[in-house]
Amino acid sequence: MQALTSKAKQVSRKPMSFTERMYLPAIFKGMMITFSHIFKKKPTINYPEKQRPFSPVFRGMQILNRDEEGRENCTACGLCAVACPAEAITMEAAERQPGEENLYREEKYAAKYEINMLRCIFCGLCEEACPKDAIYLSETFAPADYQRKQFVYAKNELLIPHPKENPEAYKKALGNRSNKSTVN
Amino acid sequence: MSDEIKNIQVTIDNITIDVAPGTTILNAARQIGGDVTPPAMCYYSKLEGSGGKCRTCLVEVAAGSTADPRPMPKLVASCRTTVMDGMVVKNMTSEKVPDARAGVVEFLLLNHPLDCPICDQAGECHLQDLGYDHGKEGTRYQFARRTFKKEDIGPYIQLHMTRCILCYRCTYVADQITNKRVHGVVDRGDHAAISTYISKAIDNDFSGNMIDVCPVGALTDKTFRFKNRVWFTKPVDAHRNCTTPGCCGKATLWLRGEEVFRVTARKDEWGEVQSYDGKTGWICNTCRFETKKTESWTIEGVTAISRHSVIGANKYKTLVTPNETVKKVMKGVEPKLLMDIHSVSGVNNPNIHLSDINGPAHSGDFKK
Repeated sequence: MQALTSKAKQVSRKPMSFTERMYLPAIFKGMMITFSHIFKKKPTINYPEKQRPFSPVFRGMQILNRDEEGRENCTACGLCAVACPAEAITMEAAERQPGEENLYREEKYAAKYEINMLRCIFCGLCEEACPKDAIYLSETFAPADYQRKQFVYAKNELLIPHPKENPEAYKKALGNRSNKSTVN
Repeated sequence: MSDEIKNIQVTIDNITIDVAPGTTILNAARQIGGDVTPPAMCYYSKLEGSGGKCRTCLVEVAAGSTADPRPMPKLVASCRTTVMDGMVVKNMTSEKVPDARAGVVEFLLLNHPLDCPICDQAGECHLQDLGYDHGKEGTRYQFARRTFKKEDIGPYIQLHMTRCILCYRCTYVADQITNKRVHGVVDRGDHAAISTYISKAIDNDFSGNMIDVCPVGALTDKTFRFKNRVWFTKPVDAHRNCTTPGCCGKATLWLRGEEVFRVTARKDEWGEVQSYDGKTGWICNTCRFETKKTESWTIEGVTAISRHSVIGANKYKTLVTPNETVKKVMKGVEPKLLMDIHSVSGVNNPNIHLSDINGPAHSGDFKK
């Protein structure tokens, strides 16, 4: 019969020699390979203790931005929701009342703002669509959970910490990319 | 007929058409349709005397008429210039027109605020479309923009004078289709503003039509204020038997689920209120502001929306809800839902009816 490829190899039916029948040299040879890996550089890291730096273009969970006075930037214009290919974003708008000027930057704001992280594909189109500098994809993952309902993120979970009331958490939330964002 | 009116021939962008004498260039172009038609911000075919103010409809006349084929020295406002026999008009084919129109857009946007994210008109704003189609990127204006305080014109209409481009359409509406006009343009030049005399409330049956004719977001529906973005609501054509004399009862309902968020008159392809049997389909305030239940209307079908409009985004084009087949196949067993979205989500709460709130929602409305 003609072989299909030139790589075909005939199985050797030759009886094994004495050393081959002992198997020990082959086992020793295999163990040498195994032991040699102890001295090689580890390709893995111990994840929760050690973390790899993110790529500068990493797109993680969304964060709703505040201005330097701590007012919410979002004005519920709906451009992120209409740009979202997965239809993960929903919102309801309300009018700012007198006395709420320290909470919201514009006269209209998002009374409700939700992102369904089960739907989100982290494409970053919401960030691109936003005219108010209000939504950014951060360097955090959406954490794993046992229940689906935990993945619908409401506004209080998405908002960045208040820069004046909680400056440490605010700085942490800005992450390593904050230096770059101040340039523009 | 002895005194038969002879149609005259006009060529617009190399397309020749026969029109009745006395037709304006703009209306002749609208008879051709498509890209040939110049945009118009102040001209409104249903309002007598409108036009000639905004200059967006500028066109080049390459030959005045057969009798006098000299070109007109300057660009002319097509809404106010009547056609002559043998006239040759250049709109999109002209070299001067796009540049002049970009200049007009820049002037219109001098004082217009860039608050489209807040404005309820965004998505159906003629100035937004005009800016995208004919404007230039960026502005050269460096001074403070003219600002006015928000004003309530009657119980249903909100006036943002800051956004007004002074097209005068709303004053023509008040003059021509309501009994008494109580608002107008006060002051002059940079201070010119639409207002009511000592903020006198407008309580006319047809005052709501001012909202429909306003090309920008200067006059907006207070019952729809901040309720939703236009492109998240679903427009359907509907009618009801309206007893108000002069009201056609034919309207477009803007739905969110089963809720009627807004009622407007039906618009034609030029963004103007549609005509039925030669009569313009104005609707009364009862239809517009007070009939916000689907039961009060007979729904005819989904409104046709231009493919290029954001309003048509992410929507089913029919009103037919698909049949649930799971129960049929599973011999009567209901499908088990893994999660009811209303038990988790606060948005679109079935217990909060935004359409029942007369005005914008406030923080207290969501705390129920």
